[in-house]
Amino acid sequence: MSATQIDGANGANGQVLQCWSCQGPVSLGLSFCPTCQAIQSPRQTEIFAQLGLEPTFDLDFSQLEKNYFSLQRTFHPDSFAAKSPQEQEYSLQHATNLNDALKTLKSPVLRAEYLLQFHGAAVAGGPEKTVNDEAVLVEAMETREALAEAEIPADIESILTRAGDGIRDCTTGLSAAFADGDLTAAAALTLRLTYLVKLNDEAVQRARIFSRGT
Amino acid sequence: MTKPCNVPASFPEALEAGRIPMAPLQIHEPGKTPLPHAEDQVAVGVDLGTTNTLIAVARNGRPEILRDRDGQALLPSLVAYTDQGILVGKPARQALLDDPHTVVASVKRLMGRGAENIRAVAGSLPYDIEPTDENAGDRMVRLRVGGRSLTPVEISAEILRAVAARAEASLGHKVNRAVITVPAHFDDAARAATKDAAKLAKIEVLRLVNEPTAAALAYGLEKGAEGVYAVYDFGGGTFDISVLRLQMGVFQVLATGGDAQLGGDDIDHVIAEHFMQERIASLGVSTLTAGEARMALMSARLAKECLTTEVTGNWSLDAGGEQSSHDLDRPTLDRLIGPMVERTIDHCRDVMAEAGVTPKEIQGVVLVGGSTRVPLVAQRVAEFFDTEPLVDINPDEVVALGAALQAEALTVGSDQLLLDVTPLSLGIETMGGLVEKVVRRNTPVPTAQYQEFTTYQDGQTALMIHVLQGERELVDQNRSLAQFELSGIPPMTAGAARVRVTFMVDADGLLTVRAEESTTGIQQEVAVKPSYGLDDKAMAAMLRASLENAEGDMAARLLRESKVEAERIALAVDAALIADGDLLSDDERAVIDGFLIDLRSAVVADDRDTVEASAAAINDGTSEFAQRRMDRGISEALTGVALSQLSDTVDSGAKT
Repeated sequence: MSATQIDGANGANGQVLQCWSCQGPVSLGLSFCPTCQAIQSPRQTEIFAQLGLEPTFDLDFSQLEKNYFSLQRTFHPDSFAAKSPQEQEYSLQHATNLNDALKTLKSPVLRAEYLLQFHGAAVAGGPEKTVNDEAVLVEAMETREALAEAEIPADIESILTRAGDGIRDCTTGLSAAFADGDLTAAAALTLRLTYLVKLNDEAVQRARIFSRGT
Repeated sequence: MTKPCNVPASFPEALEAGRIPMAPLQIHEPGKTPLPHAEDQVAVGVDLGTTNTLIAVARNGRPEILRDRDGQALLPSLVAYTDQGILVGKPARQALLDDPHTVVASVKRLMGRGAENIRAVAGSLPYDIEPTDENAGDRMVRLRVGGRSLTPVEISAEILRAVAARAEASLGHKVNRAVITVPAHFDDAARAATKDAAKLAKIEVLRLVNEPTAAALAYGLEKGAEGVYAVYDFGGGTFDISVLRLQMGVFQVLATGGDAQLGGDDIDHVIAEHFMQERIASLGVSTLTAGEARMALMSARLAKECLTTEVTGNWSLDAGGEQSSHDLDRPTLDRLIGPMVERTIDHCRDVMAEAGVTPKEIQGVVLVGGSTRVPLVAQRVAEFFDTEPLVDINPDEVVALGAALQAEALTVGSDQLLLDVTPLSLGIETMGGLVEKVVRRNTPVPTAQYQEFTTYQDGQTALMIHVLQGERELVDQNRSLAQFELSGIPPMTAGAARVRVTFMVDADGLLTVRAEESTTGIQQEVAVKPSYGLDDKAMAAMLRASLENAEGDMAARLLRESKVEAERIALAVDAALIADGDLLSDDERAVIDGFLIDLRSAVVADDRDTVEASAAAINDGTSEFAQRRMDRGISEALTGVALSQLSDTVDSGAKT
């Protein structure tokens, strides 16, 4: 059977689609046909909703993980290994979406960028990667230089501390900015956080090289 | 305004919400429907190892190694191509002594590899390599063995056939579906080659599972292990270290690291090199034949194995009619292999950092693979993790047992959930020979990640996409997986085109790449056929050559697929009749019931044409019914008994 969608139905109210397997009606929010239980192609593109959460910067991570595991139990291709190719394909799409949504939600930078887009704000340093916040720019250049010149582990330690403090400040600030709906502040903090996380990663990398002595 | 939470409602919840009347029909949970006739053919787990291969089966959650008639679990991964025919396992070991040039050992190390990757022993190759034909469709290395030219895929297929035959003898039925394990650090080419080998051996691969993950599965299910565990897997040809979190049936790989070209074979090489140096010092330089090189490696291996229990011993090398004698004690061995063992510990350190755990947080370290029997290895692992490693399950058997458990889970269903990661970063070549990573290592799979690229010249109409795997910055330092061209880009100024390259990695760890130019929608998708893989033509030729009854097998497979599809349609129509049967008159209902009876008897009759014809007939015959069901669904949605509200009710039910 072909996976047809009734255009009229879709256009008429956008709520009812046709099940590819039993050809019956399936309301938009459902991942399994209520009649024949066949898995449907993923329709939810909003990633907080994909993981059963409200869109917020202050995530309940244990709830996120709980929902993720329970959804993967339902959708993972391992549960469809003995099913038809169409069902395997849809399960793969669902599981892929869940993994990619989890990745975005777990990272403060990606989560903040996603929320900015979700609320219709432009992401600073987005595709064009232009940094127009002078303070951030200067801070970034200085710490980069310090990292490049670091000669003893203690130098890196102090950069790591600085990055860690900055990341904490940013996330605290972001949670307040999103709560107040201040997207301009959120965008600026997201930009600073992006560079701090990158700095932190590079410093960790350097520290690892130092500790190995190569 | 935010929408209510959207946890998908699975069928049982819909059932509770009263959407579907109860009926005397067997209803399965989504994803839990067994295949028709699956119960008479259990799926097996295969640990296709560098040195030994094992096969196991699990029934009702109890895994068991299938042994040969002598009670042996291990099948040596040796294949001999003799005048009398192809020998696998122990008989091939005998041929190794009589006629070494007919025998291939450690073929796993060559999977998905080119000729340049094969290491020499003291200047002599342990294999005869066919010269590479640059114009040939495939660049996979070919070996000259016993007068034949063979790819590693064909040789591995012989090993798979041999273990499948063992399983068939033991189970009393055909074995044609399996979970096959691969080193976590196998790259895309090696994984694809493994799947090709299974195809040649007429085995359907249900899933490729990473070896350390399979081992963790066995420990979790057999020993009830919970918490954060490290799996240190030092095999014959590969080294993997994985850190996993085990909780309530979820096996989540946090990070994995390792080296696909570091194993017990390398220990043998170091010992053989040591012997050769001593020999050269006493007898002068001599070149070894391929057979003699292999014999030297075998002596080295015997020395290694002996020194796991003894502290010293003496071995001799025979080549060119001259014999030399070599003493080796454990302190010397430790000195020789020390750097290699430290490399594995360095990997452990890196992976712990990647996973964000400290050795203190590790609940236990599981030892897997024969090389963990080397005393220095076990000692260094215990020191690094500051805990006595676990060997409750035989390190040789644990991977096969885990694979069998997963094979049962995939065919019969289970509550366990394996969440694995991609071991190596994937990227594409950009200007200046640099690699832009698209999927970072340790990303949970399946995944789809994209990156946008653009043209660098005015009017450029094509873009070469070069796919690479590895962690280094430069193209030359990484493994080239494939190259393809996205053409037909309309001429634009440099930098104006937007080419989105999407990397999709499936649950087997296999990569598909899609490239799309967004202003024109020109799209190209390639399942990455690795540069060192076999092209479809070569594969087809091998299949023809190897399968005497290829047509019969193909027909059987197509029939099975048709039956699975027919079964699905029948269940879907059953469900639709229960839900919306009132939309049909008695006569209409009788017609559809007739179609169902035809379809089900076609399935039982085992004739593919009849099955497909019946499936097509029922599709046509229910289209009017489907239309009425859609109309009712839509009018319900419009008249306030909105399905969307219903789904919200179901969703909030699912949340609690």
